[in-house]
This record gives sequence, C-alpha cells and structure tokens, in this order.
Amino acid sequence: MNIVFHFGRYFIMMYRVFSKPEKFGIYRENTFKEMISLGIGSMGIVAIISLFMGAVITIQTASNIDSPWIPSYTVGFTTRQSVILEFSPTIIALILAGKIGSNIASEIGTMRVTEQIDALEIMGINSASYLTLPKIIAALFINPFIIIYSMFLGMFGGWIVAVSTGIVTSNQYIYGLQYDFKPFDITYALIKTVVFAFVITSIPAYHGYYTRGGALEVGRSSTRAVVYSSIAILVVNYLLTQLLLI
Amino acid sequence: MIEVKNISKAFGEKQVLKDVSCLFERGKTNLIIGASGSGKSVLIKCIVGLHEVDKGEILYDNRDFKSMDIVKRREIRRELGMLFQASALFDSLTVEQNVMFPLIMYSGMSKSEMLDRVNFCLKRVNLVNANHLYPAELSGGMQKRVGIARAIALNPKYLFCDEPNSGLDPQTSILIDNLIQEITHEYDITTIVVTHDMNSVMEIGEKIFFIYKGELWWKGDKNSILETDNKEIGEFVYASHIMKLLKSKH
Ligand SMILES: Nc1ncnc2c1ncn2[C@@H]1O[C@H](COP(=O)(O)OP(=O)(O)O)[C@@H](O)[C@H]1O
Ligand SMILES: [Mg+2]
Repeated sequence: MNIVFHFGRYFIMMYRVFSKPEKFGIYRENTFKEMISLGIGSMGIVAIISLFMGAVITIQTASNIDSPWIPSYTVGFTTRQSVILEFSPTIIALILAGKIGSNIASEIGTMRVTEQIDALEIMGINSASYLTLPKIIAALFINPFIIIYSMFLGMFGGWIVAVSTGIVTSNQYIYGLQYDFKPFDITYALIKTVVFAFVITSIPAYHGYYTRGGALEVGRSSTRAVVYSSIAILVVNYLLTQLLLI
Repeated sequence: MIEVKNISKAFGEKQVLKDVSCLFERGKTNLIIGASGSGKSVLIKCIVGLHEVDKGEILYDNRDFKSMDIVKRREIRRELGMLFQASALFDSLTVEQNVMFPLIMYSGMSKSEMLDRVNFCLKRVNLVNANHLYPAELSGGMQKRVGIARAIALNPKYLFCDEPNSGLDPQTSILIDNLIQEITHEYDITTIVVTHDMNSVMEIGEKIFFIYKGELWWKGDKNSILETDNKEIGEFVYASHIMKLLKSKH
C-alpha cells in the first residue's frame, strides 16, 4: 500500500486520538500508569548505553587530539557537545523506538487481533484515543527526564574513563564540560526529545491499531513500527537541526 | 427488536453480504447460522457498526443506526452487549475489572455499587471465586462466562454473541447456550447468536436465519429446519453422522 494512504490514515487516527475523551479520570489514571512503566522500564537500558557511549566519546576525542596546540579541556567540551546535541536526544530516541515502539505495536496489535479493540468500540469507547493518548502523553512528559538523565550519565561515563585512564585530569575534563556552555543547546535537545517522544509512540500505535490477521501479523506490525519510527526520527532530526541550529 | 433491510457489504472486490434482510425479535434467541466463511461474523459486525454497510438499513427499535453519527451511535452502543468469538477480555485486567469496565465508563455508580453489580453478574453466569484471576488463567468456558457477564453488566437491550461455544466441549457449550437463552427471556432482550453448531440450533433456535455464501437463504425455527427440503440447508443440518441417524429415525 502506498505512502499517501498510510499518511492519510495516520492523520485521521491522530485526529481521533486527540478528540475529547469520554471519561477523563480513567485517562489520567492510565497516563500515570504508563508514565511509571515508561520511566522505570527505561532507566536501566538508558543508563548502560549512556555511560558507555560517554566513555567511548571521551576516549575517541582524546586519542584524536595529538596536537599540543589543542587544549586538553577540549575532551570534556566535545563530550558535552556530542552528548547534549546528538547522542542523548537522538540515539536514545532510536533505542526507545526499538524498546517502547515494539512494545506498543505488539500490545495494541494483539488487542486488535483478539477483538479487544472491537470490544472497546462496542462499548461506545473511542478506542484509538483510549489506547494511544495515555501512552503519547506519558512519553511527552517522561522522555525529557529520561534524556536529561542520559545526558548526565553520558558525561559521567566520560569522566570515569578520563580519570581512571588519566587521559585528562578530572579538573580539565570538568572545565571542558563547563566551557562555552549555551543553554539553548539544552532547549534544542529537549525540543527534539518531545517531538521524538510523539514519533515513537504514535507511529507504533498506528501500526498496532491497523494490524489485520493473527500472531504473525502482530510480529510484522511490531517490526514495521520500529523501522518506520526510526526512519521518522532520523528525518525529523535532520529537519529540526536545520530549522533550529542554522 | 432489530430490523435489517437489504444490507450488502463488500471488501474490495469480494462481495461478502448480498441483500440480506432479517427481523430479530425481542425476547427471543435469534440465530444466524451457516458454514464457516459464509459471512455470519461480517453480518453481526455490520449490525453493530464495526463494519460500515455499503447498502441497506439497520433499525434498532425503529431507530436508524446507519445514518447516525458516531456520537449518536455511541448512545445506542451503550444499550448493547457483545460476546466475541474469542471472548475478547482485556488481558491486562482481572475478571472483576473486566466486568466493571463498562460500569466505570458509563454507570456513574459508586465503587461499592459497581462491585455489587459485578458480583451479581458473575453469579448470574455461575462464576464465583474468580474475581481476581486474569483472563489467561481461565479456561475457555470461564472466559465465555466472563464475556457474558461483561456484556450484561449495563443491562443491555440487545445482546450479540459471535460463536459463543466455539472451542468449548459439548457439555459446556450447552450450558453457555442455555445461559444466553435464560438471560434473553429473563430480561426480555433482543439476542442475536451467530453459530455453526447444530447442537445450539436444536437447543436455542427460536428463530433461525441461514446464511449461504452471503445471502439469506432460509429462515425458520428449530422445528421447521428439520422439515425443510432446501438442499443447502439439508447439507448443513445433516452434515454430521448423528443428525443423519436422527433423520433416518424420523
Ligand atoms: N475485514 C475483512 N476484510 C476482508 N475480508 C473479510 C474481512 N472480514 C471478513 N472477510 C471475509 O468475509 C468472508 C466471511 O467472513 P466471516 O463473516 O468471518 O465468516 P463466518 O461466517 O465464518 O463468520 C470471509 O471470506 C472473509 O475472508
Ligand atoms: Mg465468524
């Protein structure tokens, strides 16, 4: 099926998702549940990836600087810039697209093929909104915290390697982290994060919601959800970077 | 009473329902029967609006369902309960929460009133001491019971059951069939049951609509179905050895 069809159906679904909920209290309760599972569920993997990536960026920067004219605090500076601008918002979003995305698509897809969505519709409930809105709202709220957490851990990972291997001193590294800091970089990263949060919840929800068939198709939807949300993240990342930084 | 007039439904090139008209009476178990793939589920889903019909009318006690917008339809949907082929219980909720779900959404009852209603419904379907189990922990028959309890939680005027005894043993099937019939009589509601099971037909077939390749081929009740000399219906009814035996004794 063609891309125009999917775009059209996606936007129609989003229109339904954001139409007035029938019972506000239930939505609020579900949103809290989603926030907790999203936040807690992502802590571990985000921590591991951030620490290691920060460490690797620090080592690579240090090993590529062999000119005596480049000050050694550059290592800290470069780590900070890479982590804040690209690594935490974008790479973590891609990881979450895999983790949260496949989860959402298979959960909603299973509900579709086992007629649970029909059951909701029969009860007169706007199923698209009921199933998707709490997840989207939860991600919009929680992902910025996850990303800030990832930024700290990334820079911390760099610090651990810097100090333990002696490539730069702790003081130089920290001086680098603080050098020429522009608060707008954080704003930029958080804008990206919020947009990506929408992408990695709504696209998988779409693929899950329109699953047809059985268990096999749920698996396919889940794969497709991850592929398309990852592509969307990369495209949106490019567009936002051009829009915000140039 | 639900009236279906000349409805047709196609999926792409494939014409699934052709000009079907039925009158489903109140206080009776109305059966839609036919072979697998004949379009029974599509018909019932058209009636409740899970599929849009291409042509024809659907009247819920003379209220034209087809021309209603989504908001009006939701009002009608609060008057109907449905038992799905695979039960369609919400996996993430316990038995109690499943039955309570429609109450939380629409009843405006207090927590303890809702709990009373849930226990009443579960008792009505003979399912006790299962409140805190999850659907995955239940047998097929128990899942159907929970499905029925959830469907009747809001005191529906219309009850739809898609293959209520698929995947059940014959004894449990009969229990479920009888339960559906009792509820229909007790609350005087309009019940439509889709089935391909001759046992159900003989058990609760107060009104029967036979669908053959998407067309309404024959209608009658459990007595007249044994007498008709319609060829396709004969093939359906007397497919099993036991029914053939019955016929030879007749
Ligand atoms: N959503 C759908 N899209 C396309 N074809 C469908 C859809 N639902 C059902 N069909 C087709 O309609 C026919 C009747 O299906 P169904 O009503 O489920 O049969 P049954 O009588 O066994 O319940 C089948 O051939 C099926 O493939
Ligand atoms: Mg069917």
